[in-house]
Amino acid sequence: METRIDYYPTHERAGFRFRKGHVLPFGANVVGSGVNFSVYSSAAESCTLVLFRKHDPEPMVEIEFPRSFRIGGVYAMIVFDLDYEDLEYGYRFSGPHDPSRGLRFDDSKILSDPYARVLGGRDIWRAEPDWNNIYQHRSRLAFDDFDWEGDHPLETPIQDLVFYELHVRGFTADTSSQVSAPGTFAGLRDKIPYLKELGINCVELLPIYEFDEWENNRRHPETGELLLNYWGYSTVAFFAPKAGYAATGGLGMQVDELKTTIKELHRNGIEVVLDVVFNHTAEGDHRGPMISFRGIDNQAYYMLTPEGYYYNFSGCGNTLNCNHPVARNLVIDCLRYWAAEYHIDGFRFDLASILGRDQSGAPLSNPPLLESLAFDPVLSKCKLIAEAWDAGGLYQVGSFPAYGRWAEWNGKYRDSIRRFIKGDEGVAGEIATRIQGSPDLYWYRCPTASTNFITCHDGFTLRDLVSYNGKHNEANGENNNDGGNDNNSWNCGWEGESTDPAVNDLRIRQVKNAATILMVSQGVPMILMGDEIGRTQKGNNNAYCHDNEYSWMDWDLAAANSDLLRFFRKIIGFRHAHPALRRNNFFEHRDIRGTGIADITFHGLQPFAPDYSAGSRCLAFMLSGPNANEPDDDIYVAMNLYWEALPFRAPRSCTESPWKIAINTSMPSPQDIFDRGCEPALDHDEIIVGPRSIIVLTSDTRSFKGEK
Amino acid sequence: MPLTMNSSTQGNTARLILVGEVDGTTAPNLRTEVDKLLTSATRMLVLDVEHLTFMSSAGLRVLIFAKQKQPALNIYVLKPQPPIVDTLRKTGFYDGVYVTETEPETGTTTA
Repeated sequence: METRIDYYPTHERAGFRFRKGHVLPFGANVVGSGVNFSVYSSAAESCTLVLFRKHDPEPMVEIEFPRSFRIGGVYAMIVFDLDYEDLEYGYRFSGPHDPSRGLRFDDSKILSDPYARVLGGRDIWRAEPDWNNIYQHRSRLAFDDFDWEGDHPLETPIQDLVFYELHVRGFTADTSSQVSAPGTFAGLRDKIPYLKELGINCVELLPIYEFDEWENNRRHPETGELLLNYWGYSTVAFFAPKAGYAATGGLGMQVDELKTTIKELHRNGIEVVLDVVFNHTAEGDHRGPMISFRGIDNQAYYMLTPEGYYYNFSGCGNTLNCNHPVARNLVIDCLRYWAAEYHIDGFRFDLASILGRDQSGAPLSNPPLLESLAFDPVLSKCKLIAEAWDAGGLYQVGSFPAYGRWAEWNGKYRDSIRRFIKGDEGVAGEIATRIQGSPDLYWYRCPTASTNFITCHDGFTLRDLVSYNGKHNEANGENNNDGGNDNNSWNCGWEGESTDPAVNDLRIRQVKNAATILMVSQGVPMILMGDEIGRTQKGNNNAYCHDNEYSWMDWDLAAANSDLLRFFRKIIGFRHAHPALRRNNFFEHRDIRGTGIADITFHGLQPFAPDYSAGSRCLAFMLSGPNANEPDDDIYVAMNLYWEALPFRAPRSCTESPWKIAINTSMPSPQDIFDRGCEPALDHDEIIVGPRSIIVLTSDTRSFKGEK
Repeated sequence: MPLTMNSSTQGNTARLILVGEVDGTTAPNLRTEVDKLLTSATRMLVLDVEHLTFMSSAGLRVLIFAKQKQPALNIYVLKPQPPIVDTLRKTGFYDGVYVTETEPETGTTTA
C-alpha cells in the first residue's frame, strides 16, 4: 500500500523524524509507519515527548511539541520508524507551579500518558522496583491483534447471574491451587472448570487496572514485613491491565494473557465484570507522587479546595473530578475501551457516589457522568453496578441516580440478612422486604437493581462472620483501628477457631443458612471467593494489605470442607433451576393465573400468619410457581433463626401435590440438599424446622391447568 | 544470544530454522525473513524452533502478523522448548498454531 502523503515526516531531531499528529484519539496509536502521540492539558505552556528504549534508565530522545503541533490544549505528533516492541514513552509538561491556584506543573518529572494502554515498571508482581529510576510507570504501546475467535460479550440477562467476587492474585497464589502460574490471569484460567462446576456464571474481579502494590508504607507489627496494597483500589493507569497479574507480564504480554482468560471464561458461559476505581488515583494528596494527572492537568482531573488542596471523598487522599468534562470523557473512553477491546460484560464502580458529585464535591441531582454512562451506546449491554456510597458520607443505596440502568450493591440487604442470621430480634419484617429484591429501595426499578450479598472483599468472609464477634486486624499495623466495626457477626459461642464440634456444626449450619437465603432472594446474588469452602481471614475484616495466607484462597479447604462445597454447588444449581427465584419484575402480590394464591405469600408457624413482632426470629414465604414469569414449582421457604426448633405448617400447593424437602440446613450432608427429582416427600403437614435452620420445600405444579 | 535463521521453500511450504533467541532486537529480522518467505501460494509455514531458547512478545507477534496476512496459512511450531510452549499457552497463541514434536507432512495441508 502506498504511504499516504500526509504521513511523511516534516521535522527531525537527533535522527528521529516526526510531523504534526492527529488530536484524536488520545493516547499513542500506530498509524502508517509511525506512532501518533496525543495528549491534553488545559493549562500547560508546553509539552515534551520523552522516548525510551524499553527498560533504559535514560531517554533516547526528547522532542518538544512545536507550537504548531498544538490544537486547543491537545499536543499531537507522529514519530516515524520507532520500534514499537521496544518503546516506552512519557511526557514532560511545563507551566506554572502555583498550588494555591491548583497548578502543579513540574517539567523535571516524566509523566505517564493518562490513556496508556500498557504500562511498564511493575511488570512482575512484588519485584522491587529501582526507586532511583527517573520514570517509574512507563507508558507503552498496545497492539490490537488478538484473535478473539468470534468471542462476544455474553449478554446474559442480569437476573440469571450469580456473581463470584474474586481477587485475581489471591484466587490461585497459594501453592495449594496447583496451577502452572499461581496468582495470575493464567492461573484463573486454569481454575475455570472449578468455577463452572460451582455454578457461578459471572466473575467480578477486584481491580485489574495497573496499580502499584508497593503503595503502602506500613509494616506487619510482629514480623516487620512491609505490607502492600494488595487489593489494588488505587489506579495508576485506567486503560492498562496489571502486568503483575500476568504470568507473561515480564514479556509485556499481559494484554494477550488477560484476553485469553476472558475468551476462555466466555466459552464456559462465565461473564466478566470489572471492579473499577474512578473515585481517586494513586497520586494521593499534595504529598503523594507525581505519576501522571497531577502534572498534566491537576485542576481538570482532581477536585480541589479553594486553597488548591485535594478534597478527599475517597478516603485515599484525592478525588477524581468525575464531572469535569475532561475527566468525564476519560472515564467514558476508558469503559468503552474495556468493553470493546476486552469484551468486558460489566463494571462495578467502587465508591460510585463520588461519580455523582460536582467539582466542589456537592451531590448532583442529575450527574452528567452517570447519565452518560447509562445511555452510552457502546456500554448499552454492559452491566453497570454502583457501590452507592463514598467515604465522604454520601450513602445512596436505593437513591443512586440510576436512569433505569444502574444496579447497586445492596448494603442494606447485607446488614439485615446478617442480623437475621445471627438471631437479632425485630428483623423479620425487613427480611420480608429484602428477599423480594428490596422493593422499598427499588420500587421504581426492578429486583435486579439489587446486587444481593452477605460478604464481599471488604469485611469478614462468611466463615469469619460466624466465627468472630469482633475484627482482629492487628496484623494491619494500625492497632486494630482500621476496618469496620458494624459487622453484625456472631461467633457461635467461641471467638475464633474452635475444636468444639457443637460450635463448628453450628457455624457450618449458619453458613448454609446464609447461602440459602442469598440464593432464594430476588435480586442478583454475589458470593465472595472462598466462602463456598470456608475460607478464613482469621478475623481480619480489612485484609487489603496482605499478600499472604490471610487473603489467599486455601484450596485444601475444598477437600476439608467438601460437604460445604457440595452444598454451595447444589444451592446455586437450585437457583438456576427455578425461574421463580430470578424475577426481573417485582411481585404483584396477587393471583395472576388463578392458582388460588398470590405470587408471593408470607407465613409464620401457621400459613398466612407471619410474625413481624419485635421478638420474632422466624419467617416463611411461598412462591407460587405458575405465577412466576416462567412456569415453575411452588417453593416454600421456612426460616427459623431462633435457637429452638419450631413447628411450621406450609400452605397447600396450588395442585395439592405433596411438598418435597429440597433443602434442610439442619441435616448433615448429603441430607442437607437434594437434586431435583431426588427430594424426599414431606410426610406430615407439620414441619419441624431445627434450631437456626432453614427448610425449603418444592411442589410440582406441572399438572396446573390454568384459571380455576 | 543472536538469532540465526535458515530458510527454505518447497512447493507451498515455507520452512524456517531458528537458533538462538528472538527478542526485541532480533524480532525485526525474523519479521523480514517471514515476509520474504511467504508468497500468496504459501499454505504452510514450519518454524523449527528446537534450538530456540527464548521468544519475546515481539517474536510471538511475528506469528500473528503472518497469520493475519494470510488467514489460510497453517503455522507449525516444531519441537518448541517448554518455556516457549508455556508462553504460547498463557497468551492464547497456542490455539492459533500447530505445536508438534514431529515433522509435519508437507505439500498438503488442511485449513
